[in-house]
Amino acid sequence: MTGSLWRLMLRALTSPSGRLGAVIIALLTLFVFVAPWLLPDPSAMPDLMAGAVPPGAGHPFGTDQLNRDVLSRVVSGGQISLSVAGLAVLLAVTLGALVGGLAGFYGGWLDSALMRMVDGALAIPRLFLLLLLVAVWEQMPLGALVLVLGATGWFATSRIVRGEVLRLREAEFVLAATALGAGPGRIILRHLLPNVAGPILVAATLGVGDVILLEAGLSYLGIGVRPPTPSWGGMILDARPLLTTAPWTSIFPGLAIATTVLAVNLLGDALRGALDPRSA
Amino acid sequence: MTRWLVRRTLQAVVTFVVVTVLLFVLMRLTPGDPLERLAGDRQMSAEAVAALRHKFGIDQPITTQFTSFVAGALAGDLGVSIEHYPTKVSTLVLSRLPASLLLGGTVLLLTFGIGIALGVFQAVKRRSRADRWLTRASLTLYAMPSFWLGLVLAWFFGIRLQLLPVAQMHDPLLDPDASWLVRTGDVLRHLILPAVTLTAVSLAAVMRYQRTALLEVLRLDFVLAARARGIPERQVLWRHAWRNALFPVVGLLGLWLPMLVSGSVFVEQVFNWPGLGSLAADAVGARDYPVILGTAMLVSAQVLLGGLLADLAYYALDPRVRQA
Amino acid sequence: MTPLLEVEDLRITFPTRHGTSHPVDGVSFSVARGELLALVGESGCGKSLTSLALLRLVPPPGQIQPGSAIRLDGTDVLGLGPEELRSIRGRRIGMIFQDPMTSLNPVFTIADQIGESVRAHQKVSKRAARARALELLQEVGIPDPTQRLDVYPHQMSGGMRQRVMIAIALASEPEMLIADEPTTALDVTVQAQILELLDGLRAARGMAVLLITHDLGIVAGRADRVAVMYAGRLVEEAATAELFARPSHPYTKGLLASVPRITGAVTRLTPIAGTVPAPTAWPAGCRFHPRCPAALPRCATDDPPALPVGNAHRMRCWLAEAGRA
Repeated sequence: MTGSLWRLMLRALTSPSGRLGAVIIALLTLFVFVAPWLLPDPSAMPDLMAGAVPPGAGHPFGTDQLNRDVLSRVVSGGQISLSVAGLAVLLAVTLGALVGGLAGFYGGWLDSALMRMVDGALAIPRLFLLLLLVAVWEQMPLGALVLVLGATGWFATSRIVRGEVLRLREAEFVLAATALGAGPGRIILRHLLPNVAGPILVAATLGVGDVILLEAGLSYLGIGVRPPTPSWGGMILDARPLLTTAPWTSIFPGLAIATTVLAVNLLGDALRGALDPRSA
Repeated sequence: MTRWLVRRTLQAVVTFVVVTVLLFVLMRLTPGDPLERLAGDRQMSAEAVAALRHKFGIDQPITTQFTSFVAGALAGDLGVSIEHYPTKVSTLVLSRLPASLLLGGTVLLLTFGIGIALGVFQAVKRRSRADRWLTRASLTLYAMPSFWLGLVLAWFFGIRLQLLPVAQMHDPLLDPDASWLVRTGDVLRHLILPAVTLTAVSLAAVMRYQRTALLEVLRLDFVLAARARGIPERQVLWRHAWRNALFPVVGLLGLWLPMLVSGSVFVEQVFNWPGLGSLAADAVGARDYPVILGTAMLVSAQVLLGGLLADLAYYALDPRVRQA
Repeated sequence: MTPLLEVEDLRITFPTRHGTSHPVDGVSFSVARGELLALVGESGCGKSLTSLALLRLVPPPGQIQPGSAIRLDGTDVLGLGPEELRSIRGRRIGMIFQDPMTSLNPVFTIADQIGESVRAHQKVSKRAARARALELLQEVGIPDPTQRLDVYPHQMSGGMRQRVMIAIALASEPEMLIADEPTTALDVTVQAQILELLDGLRAARGMAVLLITHDLGIVAGRADRVAVMYAGRLVEEAATAELFARPSHPYTKGLLASVPRITGAVTRLTPIAGTVPAPTAWPAGCRFHPRCPAALPRCATDDPPALPVGNAHRMRCWLAEAGRA
């Protein structure tokens, strides 16, 4: 199974945009987690009287209204955004694989019930599910945000996995394994999982982009990552009143979001192309 | 035909019931009581809070709450707003519907019009430089948070260039006796920035679907056969290939509407557009739970209706489905 | 008299990741007016691509190489502009394809699709085109043609659809019909009917036919001449009776040995060992030598030219020179 995933990734890296996406993601991740040692200490006492300083020497991205270095805040916001997105997608994919696998493998009423539920959940725009879940939560810990982002992101994955499982269940090699007396656990692990790993990886990669955007949106509405923890969406919210006087305070966090999501989607696209060459 | 229609409609209704149940369950899953904050904010006495609890039915057993919620929801009664107490949620929501439909409809037309045109162009010029750059450009736009793109456009076109209005749907200083034409023009000017923002971030999906679908069809035998019998190339492309490549794009509508609805929450908030999206965003700020629930319900209904309409269009376009 | 169609040294190349592919590599033949020439070979030998090239329909990124020539009635097809090309496609050369299930557009009715072909080449009203469609359906033997006009392709059987394809190909009275494996996707009984129909139409209209097939069995008794293709080249060409009586190229012999015969006592089928090589890496020398039961030492190094083996009978094999054919 890991072998086929490696091959898929290597094939995705043969496309220029796949390579570009992978390089940007690697650099961003490295930068976001290494830069804090190189940048001015964010907890250093800012000069409140100086206010928002435009980009220049000492502050390449300028400072915000509280004279905090925008670059430092983009970096620490990036740590939060990337970690939240990564963990949430991991959770979503696990849930999706589990539910889809169960529905596809066992079929019958379990399948019908689960899929009706997924139909309903897919009809509610994900943002509204999130609004309902987090809006009245006064003190929401970061872990809870990861949990709700993960819990609202598995529906489409479960459909994909279910479809693959249904298709494979009828496939010759699975029938043969069953005939040879392999139990369900063994069939799922040895035969089904390696075959659904590719589609899951594609869904997961593209899912990271969605979650980064959703988290930024929730934070922009004030109900995602809550202050004082920095986040890209929260920075844009703080910067709104400064749009005319200090546009850099909102431009840089927005560019950070767009670059990250673009890189993730380029890679996800390349993976999809590698999985199904006809779609390229 | 009628049997298919009845079955498809029933399916949508069942899904809507599932939606209602899910929404109720989600509401109860959240820790915290929407009234607590209100009580704290307004320094209410314990008795007043208890009275409100009774009023909102929160003191009832959960099963009673559930049945009254479902019954109310199906009858169009979505409860009372906390923030705008005692205005009914249904009244609030309906008052915001026209602006939402105007913005959503405009974005729908723009996105599918431009997306289909560019997607066809990309498929015809596949693997060319133009094709690659269009894909990159649309993916870049897709990666931008809509609220941020809205703010940037508002800053540039509204504040730097002073070209377009950046808030509301009408100019408050406009002479109320102005002619119909002037007032329509005013609304259209206000519509431009939010519509462009939403179209920009949602264009990529339609372009990609159209490009992929047309490439699939262009590979099929009947396209080759049409060329072989000397049908002019333009006719081969549009009449033969595109007609068949339209189905997946129509089917996309069901997936695309949730995206539009979510995007409009941010874009309407940024531009103060008086639609459902900004209503939901404001309700989030005010922790006005019944209103969030009401808008969630209405947008889900819209999404289901959109899917149903897409299927109907499918049905009208494809003789194989029609006679199945 | 010049032949209706002349093909000279046709070469088609495709760029691939593993180098340039040469699926058609120097094919020459001609078809006379009213003649039925069968182009026979296994899948992958380049016969379908050859037929597509005649109408300049080679799918990109494939390219017809300079030096190739295709002449219809003396006109150089490869030098035509888009509009002139369109006046040949469907107008002077009609074409039908292997799979009638997929070569009709699923969203248009039969009348629409025949009428469209009529109107692509003749300035007639929609009503006249519809009347013409009805005539054509009658001509190709579709029962109840009036009822079938407004039917969609998915509502017809495979044999009926192939008849519709033929009607479409006949819409502008072409001088030549290219039939690319016209019966492969059909049931055996339907196959015979379609072949009968093609035969009848050829006789009635004096139309030339290029029949592309992998099945030598349907060639006997129908084709005037047979050209056998292997690995992008013609390896043997002769009048049908001559070819069946004196098959000379070892590949042709192999093909004939693998055709099941209903008459005669031969019941054992001998398939040719091995498979057609990939068009990116044709073998040096004679392309058939790795599979050839009669290969000589020189076959591995020297590429045989087309050599005469009898009256209007030629083959690309050194055995012709050795007189051992």
